[in-house]
Amino acid sequence: MKFSEKWLREFVNPDVDTETLMHQLTMAGLEVDGIESACPDFDGLVIAEVKTVSKHPGADKLQICEVDCGDKDLLTIVCGAANVRQGMRTVLAKVGASLPGVDELKAVSLKGVTSSGMLCSAKEIGLTDDHDGIMDLSANETIGMHLSQAIESNDNIIEISLTPNRGDCLSITGVAREVAVFNQIDFSVPEVQINDINASTSRSVKLSAVKACPKYLGRVIENVDTAVKSPLWLSEKLRRSGIRSINIVVDITNFVMLECGQPMHAFDNDVLQGEIEVRLSKSGEKIKLLDESEIELKSDTLLITDESGPLAMAGVMGGFESAVTTSSQNIFVESAFFNPKHISGEARQYGLHTDSSHRFERGVDPELQSKAIERATELVIELCGGQAGPVVEALSDDELPKNTEVILRKSQIKRILGIELDDQFVTDTFTNLEMQCKYLNNQWSTVAPSHRFDINIEVDLIEELARIYSYDAIPVSAPSSKLKMRVPNKSYETIKRIREVLVNREYHEVITYSFIAPKLNNLLSHKNNLLLSNPIAPELSEMRTSLLPGLLSTLEYNIKRQQERIRIFETGLVFNNKEDLKQESYIAGLINGNIDDKQWDKENISCDFYDLKCDIESFLYSLIDAREIEMKPNTSNILHPGQAVDVYVKGINVGCFGQLHPKICADLDLPDNVYLFEFSIKNILKQEKTRYKPISKYPSIKRDISIVIDEKTLLGDVLKCAQNDGSELLTNLELFDVYQAEGIEKGKKSLALGLTFQATSSTLKDEEVEAIMDKVLDGLNNNFGAKLRE
Amino acid sequence: MNNTEKLKAQAISEIDSASDLSQLDLIRVDYLGKKGQLTQQLKQLGKLPSEERPQAGQIINVAKVAVQSAIDARKAVLEDERLKDIIDKGRLDVSLPGRGNHRAGLHPITLTLQRIESLFQKIGFDVVEGPEVEDDYHNFEALNIPEHHPARAMHDTFYFPDGRLLRTHTSSVQIRIMQNDEPPFRFIAPGRVYRCDSDMTHTPMFHQVEGLIVDETVTFADLKGMLVDFLEIFFEKELQIRFRPSYFPFTEPSAEVDIMGERGWLEVLGCGMVHPNVLKNVGVDPEKYTGLAFGMGVERLAMLYYGVDDLRMFFDNDLRFLKQFH
Repeated sequence: MKFSEKWLREFVNPDVDTETLMHQLTMAGLEVDGIESACPDFDGLVIAEVKTVSKHPGADKLQICEVDCGDKDLLTIVCGAANVRQGMRTVLAKVGASLPGVDELKAVSLKGVTSSGMLCSAKEIGLTDDHDGIMDLSANETIGMHLSQAIESNDNIIEISLTPNRGDCLSITGVAREVAVFNQIDFSVPEVQINDINASTSRSVKLSAVKACPKYLGRVIENVDTAVKSPLWLSEKLRRSGIRSINIVVDITNFVMLECGQPMHAFDNDVLQGEIEVRLSKSGEKIKLLDESEIELKSDTLLITDESGPLAMAGVMGGFESAVTTSSQNIFVESAFFNPKHISGEARQYGLHTDSSHRFERGVDPELQSKAIERATELVIELCGGQAGPVVEALSDDELPKNTEVILRKSQIKRILGIELDDQFVTDTFTNLEMQCKYLNNQWSTVAPSHRFDINIEVDLIEELARIYSYDAIPVSAPSSKLKMRVPNKSYETIKRIREVLVNREYHEVITYSFIAPKLNNLLSHKNNLLLSNPIAPELSEMRTSLLPGLLSTLEYNIKRQQERIRIFETGLVFNNKEDLKQESYIAGLINGNIDDKQWDKENISCDFYDLKCDIESFLYSLIDAREIEMKPNTSNILHPGQAVDVYVKGINVGCFGQLHPKICADLDLPDNVYLFEFSIKNILKQEKTRYKPISKYPSIKRDISIVIDEKTLLGDVLKCAQNDGSELLTNLELFDVYQAEGIEKGKKSLALGLTFQATSSTLKDEEVEAIMDKVLDGLNNNFGAKLRE
Repeated sequence: MNNTEKLKAQAISEIDSASDLSQLDLIRVDYLGKKGQLTQQLKQLGKLPSEERPQAGQIINVAKVAVQSAIDARKAVLEDERLKDIIDKGRLDVSLPGRGNHRAGLHPITLTLQRIESLFQKIGFDVVEGPEVEDDYHNFEALNIPEHHPARAMHDTFYFPDGRLLRTHTSSVQIRIMQNDEPPFRFIAPGRVYRCDSDMTHTPMFHQVEGLIVDETVTFADLKGMLVDFLEIFFEKELQIRFRPSYFPFTEPSAEVDIMGERGWLEVLGCGMVHPNVLKNVGVDPEKYTGLAFGMGVERLAMLYYGVDDLRMFFDNDLRFLKQFH
C-alpha cells in the first residue's frame, strides 16, 4: 500500500523524522518497501482561471487565452490543448517558472502572439502520465494560490508491503493506529457525522447468501452533481496512494476506502431496477464489468443484483452498465461486509485482483460499514450537493465474524519467546492495541477489536507482545537439545562421493531446470511424462525423465560460446510417471572435446569411449567392490550401438554409458564425439565395508603371454575365462597390449596379458605355475580358439 | 731435499690444472698412491743416514699434506663446477604450466549448500530430503495454509493436471519428516523449489534450505541466537542484523531477517516459532514441545557471498562462469 506521509500525519503525528517513522513501520511488521518524493520539483506554478478563449489568427490548433492568476492584470497565454475552455480553472506556469525539463520558462512568441506562460497538463508538471489536455480543476480551487501550497507538494509517498494477516493496515487509519501504539500517543480519525435524511428514496436490500454477505448497507443520494471536478486535495491523496482520479463519486468512495479501509461502491440509481439482492450466481449468467470485460459467471459467484440481473461482482468489481458517470443524477452507495474466504477464492478464480478484493480477502472490519457510508455521504453532499436518503441495512448478525475470548497464560510468554515480560507491559500493550483485557491468576483474558482478524489463539497474543516489545530487544541464546547420533543418509553420502570424484576428474557441476522441452524428453528417454498445467514456457513444460537432456542443452549452450573441451555432470531427481510417480535421484555426465586441456608439449587428441569409461570406473569402484560390477553391451537407442555399456551391480541394471547415438547428434546438431553416462543413485549406494585381505609374504611369479584370437572376442570374456582357470593363485591379471596389424592374421587381434601368481601359505614352484599356465592356455584355446603368438 | 719441493710444486701445478675429478684422482694416485712418487720418497727414507731421516721425513710429510690439501681444494672446486653444470643443464622455464589437467569445481549453489549444511551439521542437524512433486496437503494444508488463504497467491504454484504441484518451498519436507518420527527433531531440508515466475530477479526454479528444531525448551531467543551465529559465520564477518516482524502461516511469531549491505538492508531469510496448528497436524503436542523453523533462499546467499549480480547466471551453466568456483 502507498500513501502520503502528510495524510498519515494528519491522523497521528509523532515527533519523529521520516526516516525514524519508516523504521518504526518496518519494525512493526509493516515493511517499508520504498519512499519517494510526492511531487517533482517545480516552482512558479499557480492556480489560474481561463477568462476568455479565442482562436489564434495564425494557427488552427492554437488558442489565445486571457488568464486570471490572481495578479492585477490578466495574462495572455497561447494554449494548444483541446480541452481549454472559458471559466476553467487550471494550472499556469508563469514566466520564470521551473518544472520538470524546464529550468526557467520564458515568454515566447507563437505565430506573432506572445504567451506569458504556459497552461499545464498533469504530465508536464510531473504528477501523472495524463497528457490528454491541461489540468481541469475544481471550481473551488483558489485563484492565485501556488500549486505547491494547494497540493502540499512537500510530502513523501511511503510504500509499505503488508503481509496477508494485516488487512487492518490497508488504510490510513490502520497505519496510524500502529504508529500511535509504537509512539505511545493518541491518534485521531475524522469525526463522522450522522447525515441528515433529506430524501425519502430508498432501495430495499435482500441477503440471499448470508454466509458470503452477512451485512449490506445501501443508501440513495439524490440530485448529486457528478460532473464537478474532484478537488486537488482529494485527487492528490488518491494519486499518492496510486489510485487514478475517475470522477467525483468514484474518487470519494476510493478516498473513504483509503481513509478507513472499507471498500465501497456507488451505482447509478436510475439504472437500478427494484430490490437489491445479494446472491450467488447461477452458472452461465453474464456480466460486463467496469473494465468493460464481459464475463460468463461460474456458479456460486457472489453478486449484487437487481431485478434486471447482475450489477456487480460483489467485493471485486462493479458492473459497467450501473456505474456512476458524470451524467448520473441519483446514486446508490453500497457499504458491505463480504466474507474473506468467499472473496479470496472468487477473485482468483476469475484472475481479478482489485483494491477492493485485496481488502475483502484479508478481512474488513465488520463494524465499519455504517461509519463508512456516513463518511462517504458527508463528502458527496459537501462536494457535489444532493440529499441523502435513509440508510437501509440488511444484516444477518449470526454470520458476522466475532472475535472471542483468547487467554494468554503468563508462563507461555517465556516458553515461546525465551524472556519474561513485565505484567504491566503486557496489559498496556493489549490495551493500546484496543483489546479488551483482564489480568487474573497469571493469565490475561482478551478479546481482540473487530478490525483484527488475526488474533484467535494464545500464540497470536504472544506475537503481538513480541512485536510491540520489539524483536530486536529480545536477547539471543543458544538452543539446547539432547544429542543423539543418527545413521548417515546413504544417498546423500553417495552423491557427495561421486561429486568429489568427478570434480577431481575435471567434471564441472551444472544445475539445469527440472522441466524441459517435451521434444527433447521424447528424443532421449521413455515416454512416461509428467506435464505441467501452467508452464512458464512450452520449452519448460515437462518434468525430466532423465538428466541427459539438460546436459545436452548445456553442452550446446557452451559450444555456442566457443568452449572446446566440455566435461559436465549433474545430480538431481528425475520423474518417472509410470503407474506410480517415481522421483528418484540420478547422476549423469558428459564429455566432449579433447582428452586434455591444451598442453604445450603433448599431442592433444580427442577423448573417446575409454576416457569416459575410466571416469565411470573411478567413481563406481570408489563406491562398490569392482568384483560386483558387471558391464554388458547396451542396446538402448540413445547410445552408439558399438560403444554402449549397461552396468549391473548384483544383477541389477544401475545405469549406462557410452557414445551418444550418431542419429541424436545429427538431430540436435551436436558434434559427434559426445560421451555420456547416467546412473541411478539408489542402486549404487556406497558400500561402507571394505574387507581386508592379507598380503602374502611369499614371492610372486610373473608370466607374460601374447595370444591371438578373433577380433570380435570381448576382452572381458577372455579375462573371466583365464581367471577361472587360474584359480585363486592367479592374483593379478592384466592386459598390457592390444595389437592388430602387420603379422596378425586379418580378423584377429593379439592380446598381451600379464599373469601374476602367488600363494598365501608357501612359495610357488615353477612347475606349479607351468601347470596352471597350461590350464589357462587350454581354456582360452577351447573357448576362443586362442593361440599363443609366435 | 730439493727433489721433494720440486715434486710438490709439480704436483700442485698438475692438480690446479686438472680439468675433472677422474684426472684429479689419477694425479692423486701418481703422487700419493701406494706407488706414488711422494710415497716412494718416504719409502726411500731408510737409505738416508739416521740423523737426516727425521728432518727429511718431515719435509716429505709436509709435502704430502700440502698435495692432499691441494687435491681437496681442487676437488671441491671441480665438484662445484660439476654441480653447477648439472644445474645449468637442468634449468627450466618454471613459469610454463604444469602438465596435465586441473580439478573442476562444484556449482556455486552446491558449494553454498555445502557451507550451510556443514554449519548446521556441526550443531547436530540432520540433512533430510523430500519429493519435489508434492501434494497440496504437504505443501499447503498441513502448513496451515488452507485453500483460500491469501498466502497461496504469493506462491505462484506450478500445478499438474491431477492436482499435484511442484513444491513451492522445502517446508513441505518438515511435514513428511515429523509425520514419520517422534520428537525431538533437528534437521535441515535443502533442495530445489519452484515458483511460476520468471524475470530479472526470479527464476522458475531455485533452492531453499528449510531448518527445524522441535524440542521441549526451544524459544524465539534461541532462534535469534542461532541465526545470528549462522549469518556471521556464513558471511565470515560481523554483521548488522535485524529481525523484523513478518508473517508465514506456519510460524508464529514470524520474522524476516535482514542484514545491512552496501546499499541498505537486505532480506536474507525467514523464520519463526512453529505454529501450534502445524505441530498438531503432525501429531506433536504443542503443550509439550515448541519448535523453531527457518528458511533461506540459497541463490540469494550465494549472490551475496560471491558477489554474483545476475540470478540467471546460476542456471545458464556457462563454463566461463562455473570455472570461477572451486
